Amino acid sequence: MNSPNSMTADSYRAAAAEGVKEASRRLRGTLVASLADAVTGALAEADAQVLKFHGSYQQDDRDLREERRLQKLEPAHDFMIRTRLPGGVVTPRQWLQLDAIAGSYANGTLRLTTRQAFQFHGIIKRQLKATLQAINASLIDTVAACGDVNRNVVVAANPYESRAHAAVHDSACRLSEYLLPKTRAYYEIWLDEKQVAGSGEEDEPIYGPTYLPRKFKIAFAVPPVNDVDAFANDIGFIAIIEHGTLLGFNVVAGGGLGATHGDPNTYPRLADMLGFVAPDRVIATAEAIVTTQRDFGNRSDRKRARLKYTIDDRGFAWFKAEIERRAGFEFAPARPYGFDTNGDRFGWTEGEDGRLHLTLRIESGRIADRDGAPQRKGLREIARVHRGEFRLTPNQNLIVANIAATQRAQIEALVAAHGLDNFRIATPVRLHALACVALPTCSQAMAEAERYLPDFLVRIEALLERHGLRDAPINLRLSGCPNGCSRPYLGEIALVGKAPGRYNLLLGADARGQRLNALYRENIDETEILAALDPLFARFALERNGEEGFGDFILRNNIVAAATVSNKSIPLETRT
Amino acid sequence: MSAEPVRALIPLPEEKTGLLTRLVDGLDQASLHWLSGYTAGLAAHAQVPPRDGATLVSVETAVLQQLTIVYGSQTGNSKRLAESLAREAGNAGLAVRLLRADAYPLRELKSERLLYVVISTQGDGDPPDDARGFVEFIAGKRAPRLEELKFAVLGLGDSSYAQFCAVGAALDSRLAELGAARLFARGDADVDVDTIARPWLQRALTTARETLKTESLKTSAPSAKVTPLRPQRAPVTWNRERPYSAEVLVNQRISARDGSRDIRHIELSLKDSGFSYEPGDALGVWPTNPASLVDDVIGAAGLDAQSLVAHEGQTLPLRDWLLDRRELTRLARPFVFAHAQRARHDDLDSLVASPVAFPVLLAEHQVVDVLRRFPAAWNAQELVAALRPLAPRLYSIASSPKVADDEAHLTVARVDYEAFGHRHFGAASEFLAARDADNRVPVFVESNERFRLPQDASRDIIMIGPGTGVAPFRGFLQDRAATGAKGRNWLFFGNPHFRSDFLYQVEWQQALRRGELHRLDVAFSRDQDHKVYVQHAIRRRGRELYAWIEQGAHVYVCGDAARMARDVHAALRDVIVEQGAKSLDEAEATLSRLAAERRYSRDVY
Repeated sequence: MNSPNSMTADSYRAAAAEGVKEASRRLRGTLVASLADAVTGALAEADAQVLKFHGSYQQDDRDLREERRLQKLEPAHDFMIRTRLPGGVVTPRQWLQLDAIAGSYANGTLRLTTRQAFQFHGIIKRQLKATLQAINASLIDTVAACGDVNRNVVVAANPYESRAHAAVHDSACRLSEYLLPKTRAYYEIWLDEKQVAGSGEEDEPIYGPTYLPRKFKIAFAVPPVNDVDAFANDIGFIAIIEHGTLLGFNVVAGGGLGATHGDPNTYPRLADMLGFVAPDRVIATAEAIVTTQRDFGNRSDRKRARLKYTIDDRGFAWFKAEIERRAGFEFAPARPYGFDTNGDRFGWTEGEDGRLHLTLRIESGRIADRDGAPQRKGLREIARVHRGEFRLTPNQNLIVANIAATQRAQIEALVAAHGLDNFRIATPVRLHALACVALPTCSQAMAEAERYLPDFLVRIEALLERHGLRDAPINLRLSGCPNGCSRPYLGEIALVGKAPGRYNLLLGADARGQRLNALYRENIDETEILAALDPLFARFALERNGEEGFGDFILRNNIVAAATVSNKSIPLETRT
Repeated sequence: MSAEPVRALIPLPEEKTGLLTRLVDGLDQASLHWLSGYTAGLAAHAQVPPRDGATLVSVETAVLQQLTIVYGSQTGNSKRLAESLAREAGNAGLAVRLLRADAYPLRELKSERLLYVVISTQGDGDPPDDARGFVEFIAGKRAPRLEELKFAVLGLGDSSYAQFCAVGAALDSRLAELGAARLFARGDADVDVDTIARPWLQRALTTARETLKTESLKTSAPSAKVTPLRPQRAPVTWNRERPYSAEVLVNQRISARDGSRDIRHIELSLKDSGFSYEPGDALGVWPTNPASLVDDVIGAAGLDAQSLVAHEGQTLPLRDWLLDRRELTRLARPFVFAHAQRARHDDLDSLVASPVAFPVLLAEHQVVDVLRRFPAAWNAQELVAALRPLAPRLYSIASSPKVADDEAHLTVARVDYEAFGHRHFGAASEFLAARDADNRVPVFVESNERFRLPQDASRDIIMIGPGTGVAPFRGFLQDRAATGAKGRNWLFFGNPHFRSDFLYQVEWQQALRRGELHRLDVAFSRDQDHKVYVQHAIRRRGRELYAWIEQGAHVYVCGDAARMARDVHAALRDVIVEQGAKSLDEAEATLSRLAAERRYSRDVY
């Protein structure tokens, strides 16, 4: 009999996805008709895919899926909308506008993401257009916030090196604009821009008619803080700053954390070092990498369509030569740099210009009004008096930035009055934990993440307490699936969902974003997770070397095999 | 490929066989595959009615030589394997049909002869989303005996989960339990799918060849038996006065948890009842009053539940009289008059005397409310005599026997509200809503000749059924789809909320996809600032609607008589005025003419 593998499910899917892009008339599809179809709260299948390029995912409330199936009702479809916000900076006025949208169209919460975007959840189809119009009215768009294009560009959040940081942020914004798709589809469909001649056939000089094989992520880091997890991105620009001046960037490429359970051809991977470029070569460098991926990326298997696989399949030497050929210049040798942490610095910091920044802890990035902690209201109150800006961190937290010294007391009082001051008392493990959205809305989720984090934190805090480790700075990351939105493979302890209530337990990353963790136990429940950690915490308490991190301790003691931890691409690390 | 090997297997009349041979001769492989899929689709969806004889070649002979492959797939692996097997079987000249589990017509399972199932297991032992219905049906008590079936199962899974291949395993043992013969052992494929799957597929192919060869030898003799299209019904022995005790098969809420009302889809078995019905008919239900209500009435009247009452030749305790022989949830004038005489209460007397207030009192009160509000002395005998005998409630049947077989489906809005400080129920809706599967309900069929599908199946139909008024149209659509009626079908539906009250939403969506429903216009009154009802949708679609009527469409309205039917009538009249350039009177005359021609039928209550 013939091989049943002549065309795999994966290649079917990839071919379908490529076909949808190609036939979409530059990302228009039949979205207008889909939106008008009153018989369903969903879009036509192809339009749901096209919609991603416009910054929105069609989802459904999975808590209700089975119940509604029995009720002969379609799933409770709704939509997530994600903003494009390079570096995650908004003005107080924009904050108030987004807050109002969360109340009137979404589920009453704002969600800060690990890529410095706002997410609105629970928007129904017939209000999708009105919601997108309201977001655009705040001078924020959602173009290319999802989809097979360059996504939101993330930038080191804390602007305490004010001048150089501003230059880095500026590079990021210009790159984000440069890499936008040229189609007018977004403006026609959502903002009622008139169609003009050539509509549907716009030239896409960077992307071409089928855009990229898969999503594409870019980050700008400012050492010594690696809050953006630069090595987890398709491209990481690591700022080299001397005496407050931005000299340029070390460029790393080929990072990405997504993987598929049980498929050894997929894996998280850290980026490789290409070398140093001056600030005026950022765009040319990025364009060369993006177009290389456009031309050589795998378009027959979406699971292997990220840049990291293109590099591994063709070799790094080939890749670097191709980039240099396209860019028309060679990379200079990487400059020395060093990262101390990939976490946020909470509380007040003062910039070199004397302005103050207050970093607040937002658990799982979810801004909501909870009993005793009306955080959404509190931030609204702060936005009404604040004259600087708000900065979203890549760790789902929030910086009230550029506060004049004279306003410090006023802001401080509002923070305390609305339960926003938990950063003062929370344990390190609580402060630095990340969780993706997962259930009930994310279609990828196999297990709980955000909803489970509060319970799990209580359990793990109790366990740490028992071993006298309350203040140990352990980086915990919780993910509902192996795709990596909460960057689980860079957590010292990570739970990656496998099935309801069951997770893979991974250990041994370095809390600086430069070493991946490795699988320690597979497919276990909470009791088994805590039982697995208990003896490790006991040993850690007894045998820790000075301020040694938990992940480093795990590695030093061969608790996870070093071979599996040392992924093929540990990046260059040089200390100043 | 020559058509000859196929010919030996064809159970068709010689003339058709000749046509078939000519049709397939010279076709390439792809075309032949297409053709087999096309005809399988015809077989699955359209039970083409026989021309003039009332006979039909039994489907049994047709399915005997056919291999059916059903797959349930989450990530595409099962689908890929099933498709591969179907392709190979087709190449080997076997008659094969391939169906995703949710497209499998479950009614055909009992006549299936050779079935392969390829199905994965998700998470902690769940079937793939597209196979839930299929798996539940086979696991459930409605699964038929499958003595004639030969089968094999290939399960897919991930052995790092505790419930590895649990769905495939459960199906495999359940099919055997139902009497089917397992052809060969189940395959449990792990994430390295092909290691197990490929040998299994190979075996499946070889076995199918052998099995179908044997089967065709057994039946290729001119043994095609002829069965009447409509089997002879047993003589009717059940009727309104002697209701049949129907088993509840399904009692499923179909409005979402946050819905404004609790709407139930209820499936009743009419098996062995001898009843036959047609779409448009109603099912009469004899309810039992809620026990708590009976006790409240007895308490409010100050009587003893056990006191014996002899009435109309029967002697029963008072409680029994009130449970299922007397009307308690509907208030009747004679009872209020009788009560007022006993109560001698000025307020009640003036209410009864008022032509405005009395109808309101009748509409808003139940017997117990009057007893509570205006206490009076009753004896048990007089109370039973004064109350109206209990009447059955009629529900439009929401199914067609062509699809539902010997079942009747109902769409029931549960009446349950607070009034006068007490919870109130509707007698029959509460009775039905409280029946679990296995309970029985006394029922009879009430024919409704005035609400029938067009005799001429090529006529278009327009169905206007907001709320539970949509019930008969579910039956209409099932019927038209089953008979392959040529006419188009247009449904208007409305309710308060899209998300919670879109009754049978998934079924309408499927019907639209299959081309069985041609238009669906919806009006959800409370999803926007201004209220929108079906009559607004009718007006908005006036031009097309008038064109349909002009081309001979039949118009049906079902649901609330008090307001909806009136508003819809006005909307139809306005459409005729506007689109037909007619006066109001002329438009009314048009509607009257349509009604006389049975092209404008209403089932309103």
